[in-house]
Amino acid sequence: MPEPIAPLAVVVGCSAGGVQALSTLLEGLAANLPYPVIVVCHTGSEDSEMLRDVLALKSAVLVQEAQERHAPEPGIVYLAPAGYHLLLESDGRFALSVDARVCYSRPSIDVLFESAVAVHAQQLVGVVLTGANDDGAQGLKAIRNAGGLGIVQSPREAAAAAMPEAAIRIAGADHILPLADIAPFLNRLCRP
Amino acid sequence: MSTPAKRADIEDIEVDLFVRALQQRHGYDFSGYAPASLKRRLQHVVQSGGFESLNALTGRVLREDALVPQIVAGLSVPVSEMFRNPSVFSVLRQEVFPILATYPRINIWQAGCAHGEEVYSLAILLEEAGLYERSQIYATDFSDAALLRAQEGIFPIKDARQYSENYQAAGGQRSLADYYHARYERIKLDEQLKRHIHFANHNLTADGVFCEAHLILCRNVLIYFNNTLQNQVLGLFRDSLVRGGFLCLGNRESIDFAPAAAAFTAVDAKARVFRLANRA
Repeated sequence: MPEPIAPLAVVVGCSAGGVQALSTLLEGLAANLPYPVIVVCHTGSEDSEMLRDVLALKSAVLVQEAQERHAPEPGIVYLAPAGYHLLLESDGRFALSVDARVCYSRPSIDVLFESAVAVHAQQLVGVVLTGANDDGAQGLKAIRNAGGLGIVQSPREAAAAAMPEAAIRIAGADHILPLADIAPFLNRLCRP
Repeated sequence: MSTPAKRADIEDIEVDLFVRALQQRHGYDFSGYAPASLKRRLQHVVQSGGFESLNALTGRVLREDALVPQIVAGLSVPVSEMFRNPSVFSVLRQEVFPILATYPRINIWQAGCAHGEEVYSLAILLEEAGLYERSQIYATDFSDAALLRAQEGIFPIKDARQYSENYQAAGGQRSLADYYHARYERIKLDEQLKRHIHFANHNLTADGVFCEAHLILCRNVLIYFNNTLQNQVLGLFRDSLVRGGFLCLGNRESIDFAPAAAAFTAVDAKARVFRLANRA
């Protein structure tokens, strides 16, 4: 099993049912993770601050909206702002775009994942959670092709199975886990 | 022997070669663009144009002038909507227009107007504020294809409902339908709205001061530029504004790393509306 020794970033994508799933995931994350967690959640709403506040409520980790040109810092969960694609620039900093939707979505999980691969290669962990479309599958494939780790929420228990199913079908997965096990798994991924 | 380049590095080299070819052969300079989005757009240009690879496109762009408009259009920012982020237009209406109203002539520069959605939005709000007769809007873009589309003022009817909702949320006083004619699958904006709009080609990466403006709108354009180019363009805006003039950027743009931003103070930080500080 290709276990990255030292992940430099964890990227997470979710859609339908995602707010609930993220809430559970973030609640389980340790407060001092040695890497940033970068999240795209399709909400269809222009108000990403509300999502941030909802998620921050229960989580021990700091939850922020990703700011363009700023560098992600370890131990912080970053959310893609509504209406923008979130990318990692070649120097690892955040970039935004209003380019066309990908998989009917902006932000798109594929766009974040693919840009993060170009920066972190095999030191990247991708997580695909519940959702009703197939965004994230190509991105997860890119992560796994580059030697990074792909984690998918078990479709059987996902609020919407289509997205994790598509990810498994198109990208495959290193671990298919129930939601409750994903945070403990991420907490164990540490620097050497 | 040096280590062979990784796959990701090879892609970067290919992008670099393309950028140089376009710049040296045709004068369009994308070297100040932030690479992550540029790379995605180039992939899209290659795929949608049926080119074999980016290298193949580079080879052809060196010899075929006819390809250039298509490429430039593919690399420009076409995505917007009317009254996008309505709260920003509310701020313009409530905080900025009253000050613009004190000028006998109002010059507005919409830099990077794409297909014109925001230009017409602005024209409508100026009309409703009773300011349009003394206003002149300069709508510029570096893509001639985008400018042509903007001049037509035709948009898909499927977007009209969203536009109407945005218009109401922005504080529009009438019905948006008063400003367009619907025909088949499209809406066409009232020709009257164009009477104070001047469309022109201007390239932010290469061209200088465009006009003496009281308000500059440039939303979601600088996000595609690296820090150096962003700073350069902010400097251009500073030099193009009258003292106390306004600048409106996209509502998630960060100017935290641009020294030229020091010339501006926030009028409404959330809406990204700034004002050129009055220098003594």
